[in-house]
Amino acid sequence: MIEIKNLTKVFGRKHALDDVSFTVEKGEIVGFLGPNGAGKSTAMNIITGYLSSTSGTVKVAGIDVFEDPDEAKKLIGFLPEQPPLYQDMTVSEYLGFVYELKKCKLNRKKHIDEICKVTKIDDVRNRLIKNLSKGYRQRVGIAQALIGNPPVIIFDEPTVGLDPKQIIEIRNLIRNLGKTHTVILSTHILSEVNSVCDRIVIINEGRIVADEKTENIANAVRKGTVYNVKICGPQRDVMNSLREISGVTRVDVTGEREIDSYTYRIESQQGVDIRKPLFYAMSKQGRPIIGLEAAQSSLEDIFVQLTETGERSAK
Amino acid sequence: MLAIYKKELKTYFTTPLGYAFIAVFLAVSGAVFCISTYQLQTSDISGYFQIMIFGYIPIVPLLTMRSFAEERRAKTDQILMTSPVSVGSMVFAKFLAALTMFAGTVLLSCLYYLPMPSYGEVNTAKAAGCLIAMLLVGTCFISVGIFVSTLTESSVTACVGTMGILLLFAGLGLINNLVDSYAVRSVISWISVYSRYYYFTYGIFDIAATIYYISVTVIFLFLSVRICERRRYA
Repeated sequence: MIEIKNLTKVFGRKHALDDVSFTVEKGEIVGFLGPNGAGKSTAMNIITGYLSSTSGTVKVAGIDVFEDPDEAKKLIGFLPEQPPLYQDMTVSEYLGFVYELKKCKLNRKKHIDEICKVTKIDDVRNRLIKNLSKGYRQRVGIAQALIGNPPVIIFDEPTVGLDPKQIIEIRNLIRNLGKTHTVILSTHILSEVNSVCDRIVIINEGRIVADEKTENIANAVRKGTVYNVKICGPQRDVMNSLREISGVTRVDVTGEREIDSYTYRIESQQGVDIRKPLFYAMSKQGRPIIGLEAAQSSLEDIFVQLTETGERSAK
Repeated sequence: MLAIYKKELKTYFTTPLGYAFIAVFLAVSGAVFCISTYQLQTSDISGYFQIMIFGYIPIVPLLTMRSFAEERRAKTDQILMTSPVSVGSMVFAKFLAALTMFAGTVLLSCLYYLPMPSYGEVNTAKAAGCLIAMLLVGTCFISVGIFVSTLTESSVTACVGTMGILLLFAGLGLINNLVDSYAVRSVISWISVYSRYYYFTYGIFDIAATIYYISVTVIFLFLSVRICERRRYA
């Protein structure tokens, strides 16, 4: 549905985007993830035609955004970082304006009613936008993006500034939209992509550092397997004998302790199962293993790991 | 395009700006009209017209200062630029909305002419000529205002900048009278918006001047489009 090839954007001497390529399939919800200033908004602004690229192509449903912008723009609903709201209009007036602006052909009243219901702004329709709270403004911004029922929806940080209840509502809304639309959303909130997105594209300093299905992202990053093991006995002895096991690449103490046991974090080489050798090694020394579990590395860890290596390689 | 035009017109009346423009315009033009005709006991309105054209300098920027500057400040330009509307029709819609406001107010000020016949015979050709010139010069100034508005994010800067350019136009006309060299004078008078309308004040429809004013308008609107498009490449 969206095809981005070798996209580069240079601001002065800064490469905001550096040879970015990825595709988004129809009906997919893709999370665009990265620290502040990584190039997320730039990429979205280019896809929607607000900015031009220095080089590279963007195609939406086969239509080149740079060659046929008017046709491409019809296919995209866009919520920018700051919702583009006219403060002196009421919500109804505003949505009516957007309806006309996008040259929408659907039944006007029915379509706008439906969108207001979906985004839960029915009760503020006759209020001036400048008098609305941040959460409502954000929702009006989302409503605006939905007008004309575009097949592609792009949200730039849709949940910023919302309270937790609103965040959950908006996430549910996005999940529902994903059933019928292709959605790209950018965020730096990791749990958000985890709960909403099918796929994650992580970008750092203008470059893509990971592009994986949400459930695979952990494996894609981690080279081997990590276990948290609880073993009784003096810390130093246990650490030494753990390091002697073949396949173990790294041992740390996590700091958790019970009366006579410590928890160790053991990283192992990829493809080597260290659990049996671990058991035998410990039992030979008479040190009971009282807990063994595969560590689930969180998205935060992955993110930090990826963006840090990106920084290092950039230097 | 129609959507933006309607929105712009509506904005003039949902913010105090439209009312301010109409009020200031009518107050200034009313005062000038009284002084230049009733008080001088004359039915010749070319004097009124020649003063009013300087009166435009502080008034016209009120109409145009917000048009693009405010959109950029409030980041609402994003919805315009990402909608299936070309930049050209966007600029034109905004220009047209300002022109509608302006022309409407000028037509409203035509009420001043009503008591004129009691002061003597009115030269209708002259009055009509002045009216057309007023509209043409105004159109030209609005395009300048729109252009300046695309350059900045601040309405105030846009307002002051437009006034500056209009003052420069007016200044050129005045300098023209002081210069001796014929060559310099002809160049200045060519670019001076203020030295073009004279035939109109005699009731003669000057096609060359009309084309001149329309050309200047088109040039400034074109420049506005270029500025908006260039911003995408920044």
